[in-house]
Amino acid sequence: MVSQARYDEAEVAELIEERRGLEGPMLPILHAIQARFGHVPDAAVRQIAAALNLTRAEVYGVVSFYHDFHKEPRGRHVLKVCRAEACQAAGGDRVAGAIEAALGIGFGETTPDGQVTLEAVYCLGLCATAPSAMLDRRVVGRLSESRVGALIEEARL
Amino acid sequence: MTKLFIPLDSFAVACGADMIAEEFAQLKAERGLSFEIVRNGSRGLAWLEPMIEVETPTGRIAYGPIESGEAGGLLDAGILSGAGHAKRIGAVEDQPFFKRQTRMTFKRCGVIDPLSLADYEAHGGLNGLKRAIGIGAEAIIAEITDSGLRGRGGAGFPTGIKWKTVFEAKGARKYIVANADEGDSGTFADRMIMEGDPFCLIEGMAIAGVATGATKGYIYLRSEYPIAIDVMREAIRRAKDAGVLGDSVLGSSHAFDIEVRVGAGAYVCGEETSLLDSLEGKRGQVRFKPPLPALQGLFGMPTVINNVISLASTPEIVAEGAESYKTLGMGRSRGTIPIQLGGNVKHGGLFEAPFGMTLGEIVEEIGGGTASGRPVRAVQVGGPLGAYFPVSLFDTPFDYEAFAAKDGLIGHAGIVVFDDTVDMMHQARFAFEFCAIESCGKCTPCRVGAVRGFETMEKIIDGEKPADNLALVEDLCNTMKFGSLCALGGFTPYPVMSAIRHFPEDFHGEPMKVAAE
Repeated sequence: MVSQARYDEAEVAELIEERRGLEGPMLPILHAIQARFGHVPDAAVRQIAAALNLTRAEVYGVVSFYHDFHKEPRGRHVLKVCRAEACQAAGGDRVAGAIEAALGIGFGETTPDGQVTLEAVYCLGLCATAPSAMLDRRVVGRLSESRVGALIEEARL
Repeated sequence: MTKLFIPLDSFAVACGADMIAEEFAQLKAERGLSFEIVRNGSRGLAWLEPMIEVETPTGRIAYGPIESGEAGGLLDAGILSGAGHAKRIGAVEDQPFFKRQTRMTFKRCGVIDPLSLADYEAHGGLNGLKRAIGIGAEAIIAEITDSGLRGRGGAGFPTGIKWKTVFEAKGARKYIVANADEGDSGTFADRMIMEGDPFCLIEGMAIAGVATGATKGYIYLRSEYPIAIDVMREAIRRAKDAGVLGDSVLGSSHAFDIEVRVGAGAYVCGEETSLLDSLEGKRGQVRFKPPLPALQGLFGMPTVINNVISLASTPEIVAEGAESYKTLGMGRSRGTIPIQLGGNVKHGGLFEAPFGMTLGEIVEEIGGGTASGRPVRAVQVGGPLGAYFPVSLFDTPFDYEAFAAKDGLIGHAGIVVFDDTVDMMHQARFAFEFCAIESCGKCTPCRVGAVRGFETMEKIIDGEKPADNLALVEDLCNTMKFGSLCALGGFTPYPVMSAIRHFPEDFHGEPMKVAAE
């Protein structure tokens, strides 16, 4: 389950404060905010910029560069399906197609009920138990079209 | 007490190991049995995962692949004494896949409890660091240089020379950075060692610290590896508690500390300079070189940035001396290399061996051909930027120079196997597509070239002037190869051109036009 707490200025300030003493605190701060709120709200970008003495553009530039950080909230669960070569070789494209069909959405989209976001990922390091996926933080290997149903059911919980 | 090993490695967990461990724990309580569950790393026989092992008086007996729901039946059959069962494999060491290996870097992986420092030491751990502290910086660097160890991330740069440069560089402080941003498809060696023997990486980094005068280490670990992140962080905590890390490394005058930093899903951050920018909290864009990171790396300070496997190989080298390492291998590729077999392969997993085996031996004999049972048609070696090799090149020995001579690369030593259903035209298009998705955008050949390459491949797939467009692709590949700032744009031509050259029948049967020199 992805944490989707409502934006709270004091909480963001605390997350920043706990990490600003680190060398290169930007990514740890962004990870903490993304993990807590399910995205990096604009208001948080403003707070980070002020705390680290950067421009908002600089912070936004970092947020937009990385696949892990998002400007908008997403689904309660994030299903990342590996689309890289090893999974392709093991029938991953068929599995990916079955997942799209089962969820009724394409990659990069969220189901209308806000339950599941489907994302492509390029390698989970499970290349010898391919095709693979990751539901939130849980890794799944040896996927097949017949196993897609159970995975989607879990994602919809 | 009898030990029951159930891996915590991602391969095993992705196939149900956590649930299996839970079932055993529950049955143990219900039946009042006495055995200890140890969550170990993977032995590398991935097709048998989840593979559990029981410690018996005559050695460890393996069973696999185990499925959830089988625990009761296994206990009924008497596996705690190593008794027979349909899934009984016997001793892992007797498996042909394991027998042919020379395990040096991975000798403890899957054998020990990854989070037990006592277990680590009982299996030779910390001997390298202890000797390193005793012999001092110059002697350590001499050992690493003599061993012939080259960067296992793919570039193959001599590790000893890198360390020497940082040792001699002046700086207010110095850093050791472990590149654990293992994004290449077909590779998982870094992940396996971090999950299965994390103290080995810690020890290697500490040795690098003693050798160069660096006092702080960072492990830049990709977010796609949640289990490795947890194991690594816990191992660092325990190493600090035990005085392996901290103000006085093993009671010496050396201070060294390590922190895990989690990546954020950018493939290009596996490139060393973009990794450094990312660690500094910036967009992960590639830097111009010079200055070399060894002189002006993290926060402008002298920095060793090495791949996880390079660092994890050093404790064994320092403990045993360079000689035993450099006698292995061929040509200028010395020592062992953890080969990773994945994709459509019957026996996938991690196979550590000296350089020099042929690609055919590895794929056909070790890997057992395809999982689908169909003929092997192509293998991609070295990740998404590596070349596709046809079966006719299977006599190529696994060696940096031998692969380069055939317009390929061994990279991080991942091999992805494809059967005869693969469409190489689509693989060539994917290479451009991947580069377009992951380009950092700093240099034009990569940023624009990847997109144009993708579009041109689409035209070829649609049958639009294939010969002309293939010539265009080759021209574009030349621009990307020689004009890109880093390997992402610079090496994308490898999969593209190798696909076109070795599999012309997939490209409307159009032979390549001979490029004007």
